[in-house]
Amino acid sequence: MGAIAKRPVITPSSVGKRQGEIKKVINVKKIARNVRRPNRSIGGDIFIGFILIIFGIFFAFPLVFTINHAFKPMTELFLWPPRLWVINPTTANFQDLFILMARSWVTFSRYIFNTLFITVLGTGGHLFIASLGAYAISRYEFPGSKLFFKVVIVSLMFSGHVTAIPNFLVLANLRMIDSYWAILVPAFAGSLGFFLLKQFIDTVPVTLSEAAKIDGAGEWRIYSQIIMPLVKPAILTATIFSVQFLWNTQAGHLIHTEQLRPLPFALQQIVAGGIARAGVGAAVSLVMMVVPLTLFIVAQSRILQTMASSGIKE
Amino acid sequence: METTAVIKPTGFAKLVANRKRRWGYTWESIKQHKVLYLFLAPYAILFTIFTVGPVGISIFYSFTHFNVYEPPRFIGVQNYLNLFLADDIFLIALRNTFLLALITGPLGYMMAFLFAWFINELPRYLRAFVTLVFYAPTLSGAVFLVWQIMFAGDSLGYANAWLMRMGIIHETQYWLTDPELMMPVIIIVVLWMSLGAGFLAFIAGLSTIDPAMYEAGLVDGVKNRWQELWFITLPNMKGMLMFGAVMAITQSFAVGDVTAQLMGFPSTDYAVHTVVNHLVDYGTIRFEMGYASAIATVLFLSMIYANKGVQFMISKVGS
Repeated sequence: MGAIAKRPVITPSSVGKRQGEIKKVINVKKIARNVRRPNRSIGGDIFIGFILIIFGIFFAFPLVFTINHAFKPMTELFLWPPRLWVINPTTANFQDLFILMARSWVTFSRYIFNTLFITVLGTGGHLFIASLGAYAISRYEFPGSKLFFKVVIVSLMFSGHVTAIPNFLVLANLRMIDSYWAILVPAFAGSLGFFLLKQFIDTVPVTLSEAAKIDGAGEWRIYSQIIMPLVKPAILTATIFSVQFLWNTQAGHLIHTEQLRPLPFALQQIVAGGIARAGVGAAVSLVMMVVPLTLFIVAQSRILQTMASSGIKE
Repeated sequence: METTAVIKPTGFAKLVANRKRRWGYTWESIKQHKVLYLFLAPYAILFTIFTVGPVGISIFYSFTHFNVYEPPRFIGVQNYLNLFLADDIFLIALRNTFLLALITGPLGYMMAFLFAWFINELPRYLRAFVTLVFYAPTLSGAVFLVWQIMFAGDSLGYANAWLMRMGIIHETQYWLTDPELMMPVIIIVVLWMSLGAGFLAFIAGLSTIDPAMYEAGLVDGVKNRWQELWFITLPNMKGMLMFGAVMAITQSFAVGDVTAQLMGFPSTDYAVHTVVNHLVDYGTIRFEMGYASAIATVLFLSMIYANKGVQFMISKVGS
């Protein structure tokens, strides 16, 4: 009873006062955000804006072109002088694409399934085993752990071309050629994702996992319930790199059975039909680019969000 | 958890004893961390099979004659002699690759950092969008094929049509088949695609630098953003700069798919024939695996040494 009696009496006028105070604080913050940082010149801002616009056009142009091209009717595709923007947008190219798909020897949904399967399982498997290993060598130092990470860093310094031939021979010896595994298993062992995860786990304070250990948590528990939720940004980043790679994999030399071929391979065959497929080709490019772009847009905001909310500093 | 032995060798006997003890500790440590080995094992095994092992296999085959159908036959350094003394096309490929790496490596690297930094200077609501625009070429895989239409040799090609309309050129240029124009075109396309993992690392790195550092810099008399970049931002991003350099160098030596798809395989007069193209030629078309492995080994060593050299330079800059 006493505690309740001690509470300040709430009257309409006092509420108004408080709200006024809060508003003032918000206003001050807003002003602080809008005020120019004192060491930023306007000239510099204009220069940066100018450079970004020029190069932004250079980087965006082929994409804008692809989008426009995909919706152009035949009469506009071969217009002279060539024109970037579409005048009478049509979905004819996509309809043509669907007709070509329907005529395909293997049901087209099979190609889509193949690529989805490879992308999802490849990325999932890669993230799982890479994050497990990254956790182990980031949290602890044990014989061989440092050397192993050094080798991973060296592996970032050469491209897959160097190992392509031996990889093929290894896959052939393991009897994985002409199956999903030929794409999946090497993708599991990607070194970029492993590297990024290890580096990011390093930034999580050791005190956190030590506290959990004192509370009796085992390694698996610390890994799955403490570290993994904290390294979401790194996981998303590794996901993007992995998806980007697997989604575009054609694997023409690894898979020969038509039923197992991924989508980019099938689409490439359609585009290879020649000049008459110019519009369809643009439609194909557009279809292929939608998935990684969407994922990046979604993940980018999540990365910023998780970065802002993780807030761990030693 | 760590058990480190302080070793002060005063005599041979002590040295031996210490070594024994150290191995003992190592063994103890391995036993102690066996769960962690279990954690690392799946990745480590696959990584060894598909990355570490293949480098060794490649070096081994490079000293043999191997065509997959017969067992490999040891021929010493004959493959390398043939490469550097008898294979003119390889020398062209090597020259083209180094030229591309020398131009697109540093330029791509600087572009990635400058754009990331400029984007970081933008208001928050614009950053995500501009990042997307700059990263989109890398994201969208095979979209680089549109450059084929941009640089088409007929008057329907955008480059030809626009340059002719502006009166800069008067007849159509064969951008993709004229040996004099092919290299510049490839450089443009490669630079267009060069903002990859390093670029994202720079953006992330720039946004995680503690704002208090900048405030402190302001108090200490940092006058403009260039000084801020030099005295505060760069020293705080050394790790990211190193990572970006590794990505840029590796990528700049690995150009090959782009040249083959835009300009044909082989390209006119081998004007943009790269080491990667040569490798694909011998590895997947002629099935001369020993020879191809020698090419792969040369590529491997070029990439590693370029990386090591640049890392050495970056480490010197700060000190």
